[in-house]
Amino acid sequence: MKRSTGFLAWFMDPKRRGPMLIAPAITVLLLVNIIPLMWSFGLSFFKYRANTLKLPKFSWFYSYEKVLTKDNIWESLQTTAIIVAGSVGMQMVLGFLLALLFASQFPLRKILLMFVLAPMMLSNVAVAIYFKLFYEPEFGLLSQFVQSFITGEMYVLLSTPAGALIGVIFADAWQWTPFVMLLVLAGLVSVPKHLYEAAEIDRMSWWRKFTTITFPYVRSLLLLAVLFRTIETVKIFDLVFILTNGGPGTATETIGVLVYRTAFQFFRTSNSAAMGYILLFAVIVLTSLYLYVIKQRESEEI
Amino acid sequence: MKKRAIGQSGWLWTSLASVVAFIYFFPVLFIILTAFRSRSDTLATPPKWIFTPTFENFYHIFFRSMANSTEYVATGFHVYFFNSIYISGMSVLLALLIGTIAAYGFSRHPLRGNDTYLFIILTTRMLPPIIVIVPIFLIFRITGLAGTYTGIILMYTAFNLPFSIWMMKSFFDELNTEIEDASRMDGASESSVFFGVCIPQVKAGLAATSVFALILTWNEFLFSLLLTNKLTRTMPPAMARTIGGEINVDYGLLAAMICLFIIPIFLITYLLQNQLLRGVTFGTIKK
Repeated sequence: MKRSTGFLAWFMDPKRRGPMLIAPAITVLLLVNIIPLMWSFGLSFFKYRANTLKLPKFSWFYSYEKVLTKDNIWESLQTTAIIVAGSVGMQMVLGFLLALLFASQFPLRKILLMFVLAPMMLSNVAVAIYFKLFYEPEFGLLSQFVQSFITGEMYVLLSTPAGALIGVIFADAWQWTPFVMLLVLAGLVSVPKHLYEAAEIDRMSWWRKFTTITFPYVRSLLLLAVLFRTIETVKIFDLVFILTNGGPGTATETIGVLVYRTAFQFFRTSNSAAMGYILLFAVIVLTSLYLYVIKQRESEEI
Repeated sequence: MKKRAIGQSGWLWTSLASVVAFIYFFPVLFIILTAFRSRSDTLATPPKWIFTPTFENFYHIFFRSMANSTEYVATGFHVYFFNSIYISGMSVLLALLIGTIAAYGFSRHPLRGNDTYLFIILTTRMLPPIIVIVPIFLIFRITGLAGTYTGIILMYTAFNLPFSIWMMKSFFDELNTEIEDASRMDGASESSVFFGVCIPQVKAGLAATSVFALILTWNEFLFSLLLTNKLTRTMPPAMARTIGGEINVDYGLLAAMICLFIIPIFLITYLLQNQLLRGVTFGTIKK
């Protein structure tokens, strides 16, 4: 085989094969993700509004100070926490029950599974628009149901702070319950059959079988589901933006909506960058936790 | 193969599951029905369950009648539809190309700090898009990329790249390296090992990855909302704008639009059921 020389040989050197293969990917990510992130990190130390021609002015921690004391960040963190707790909690309970239902083999299972799994593949926009119709006071199904079976009056869910929160939580939980179900299902079908057979012989109660056999196999996947859904729900934006636009008032203003409003409605660009970094920190912690659990799980099962 | 605890249940279980699936699926079913109702049937209280199906809503997505005439004008939706297809297609193609090569690198020629790189790459996918969008918006404005196809395709390529890398790496990791080593012994060059031995074995993986990436891009809202203009806008922000007015919202029209999203997704969900878990967890959980 002929060996190329010079520049080409430098490229083809087996020692550089790894770096060369990942170089294009790293370049794109640097350009479109890492550099912008560093840019906005820098920006968070300046005073800057994107709708004026004034140049950014260096101001140390001014933006952070402003964000932590003046803006609604604590309120919106609280709102986000309520939505995360409510939605992820609901997803876990419903997802687990659905997984138990689908863990055995029965006729038409694959087709029925398709109907249950489809919501998580839908666009957030489609889900948001749908639930907007669903909650609509005059023609919406919810209102019509309440009207004809319970109160006899029109029912306006999204107009009260608590109602709007429930509306958002319910829509999000509906969309993402299949995700949890899929993970739990993977755990349930991985339990070796002989464990159950042994338990049969030992005449274990249903509850003891569940806690000593089923649960240990599902535990790590449950934890991963909680972490993954928490990461995703902390970022919730599309659904809230379209369904309630953060309202009524600021009742459903999650951190994502707050950053969006700060950046693109009030044009307090540097403040929004500072907020973004507080959010980024939370996501990095959660992501490392997620990968740690995955590593643990992989080393456990051989 | 180890025996797994999948029990056998009969039709009784099927009927129970059908009831649950029906309740769960009911919202979607209602949308599909609404899409085929005529305008007056849509607003009927209580909802009309039996009606003559009509395709007028689907027609109205692309052509709407003017207020005082019977003339129909194009709504411009065909442009958004084309944009969605073009932009997601291009960006998925690019991301898959770059991502597969990188995934092969991470899987077969690990670097020092391989895991750190992979962690950073996953983090860029996990981090809230709203953080990246603020500086990107400013950079695009300065460089004139805002509102162009190049800009949004570049953005979506970067958006799909972490996903493609993690997915494809999980497929490469599953392959048996003995075949590759054997062909190297036979004198095959590195590129023919990659193209001739590895790629044919991960064809299913490539298909799954591209379909998932296509769905993610097709569904994406925020980037398109902020980085495109009237000519380059994709479907999700175009749909969201339709309900912007609040008053006189045409529900049948919206339902028809949602239908355009739902029906292909159903087929895909059915066909990819075995890869779904890997797909929705970005390749971090295989089974």
